[in-house]
Amino acid sequence: MNFFERLRGERPSAQTAKDRLQLVLVHDRADLPPGKLEALKDDLIATLSRHIEIDVRKVNISLTQDRHQQRLVADIPLAPSRARRRGAG
Amino acid sequence: MTARIATITSGKGGVGKTTATANLGVALASAGFRVVCIDGDIGLRNLDVVMGLENRIVYDLVDIIEGRCKLRQALIKDKRLSDLYLIPAAQTRDKTAVSPQDMIRVVKDLKPDFDWVLIDSPAGIERGFRNAVAPADLVLIVTNPEVSAVRDADRIIGLVEAEEKGPPKLIVNRVKPEMVKRGDMLSTGDILDVLAIELIGVVPEDEIVTVATNQGSPAALDPRSRAGKAFREIARRMNGEDVPFESLESKDGFFGRISRMVRPGGA
Ligand SMILES: Nc1ncnc2c1ncn2[C@@H]1O[C@H](COP(=O)(O)OP(=O)(O)O)[C@@H](O)[C@H]1O
Ligand SMILES: [Mg+2]
Repeated sequence: MNFFERLRGERPSAQTAKDRLQLVLVHDRADLPPGKLEALKDDLIATLSRHIEIDVRKVNISLTQDRHQQRLVADIPLAPSRARRRGAG
Repeated sequence: MTARIATITSGKGGVGKTTATANLGVALASAGFRVVCIDGDIGLRNLDVVMGLENRIVYDLVDIIEGRCKLRQALIKDKRLSDLYLIPAAQTRDKTAVSPQDMIRVVKDLKPDFDWVLIDSPAGIERGFRNAVAPADLVLIVTNPEVSAVRDADRIIGLVEAEEKGPPKLIVNRVKPEMVKRGDMLSTGDILDVLAIELIGVVPEDEIVTVATNQGSPAALDPRSRAGKAFREIARRMNGEDVPFESLESKDGFFGRISRMVRPGGA
């Protein structure tokens, strides 16, 4: 990376390499490639939707790692339902 | 004497295992240890040329295993160092000619006569790797500062840990300090941040390694070689010496992270 690239605010390629490595390793270690995680997400949404109305577009499922513990983190916002709104009002 | 057994391995090929084995052999033997290097890359014999001993080969590892020669007959004495020996790989056979038990047996017979047995492993996670790692009590994993090589190192670390050999140690090879400073190459600190492993050495990219390989005279014999110096330091750490890590890279890129050198966990 040269001076001008840095002026334009581009990130050092080593940082990009590190971020990519971290992501790829978290998937390797869990033996769950990104494509399978997507499939898992679809299944999860289908299952949950049978019980509760969720805001499908905002669902976020990711693998994280701290120390030796791997974690599947799911953030599943509920759809703003008419019933609940009625109850609140 | 009872030798310690160190296997030099990697996930990705071409990262510098053979170079490291030859140089650590030279460094340890120069320091007065009796050393034998075993080329475990059956079918892709290389350690002999890197050590400059290719013209002296009569018997090889598979000859020992299959009983065509005595162990001593396959031991090739180094040209320069009286305490350094090589057992070459067979060139015309494949990895299935050797089993992990064979390796354990050969190494057991070598143990009383040496201080160190170094085993140059083939890359990958197959039979050749298992053969090379079977007799080890210390596993050194070589990587380069690249995404692909570090990723593959992580795989190997997992496999070595499963074998209960004690924690493997990392050699980061072919580091270009200028590129690290510019932010265009992963620093050793970056690599240690993502791999759960202890560092044993950082070896710079060094043209002398190429010349040394051309000549069959490992860089660790050349006092001008920066890579050679790094290998000599690794050899001292292998013997338990507390050799401080010099900063090859920018201060904040490497020195700043030295306190985090031993990381219990990954990313
Ligand atoms: N520190 C270094 N500086 C320059 N070249 C190196 C260095 N380490 C290894 N090389 C070169 O990289 C190539 C691959 O090394 P080698 O030891 O054969 O790898 P491996 O045994 O892991 O396949 C060789 O051409 C070698 O000379
Ligand atoms: Mg090799």
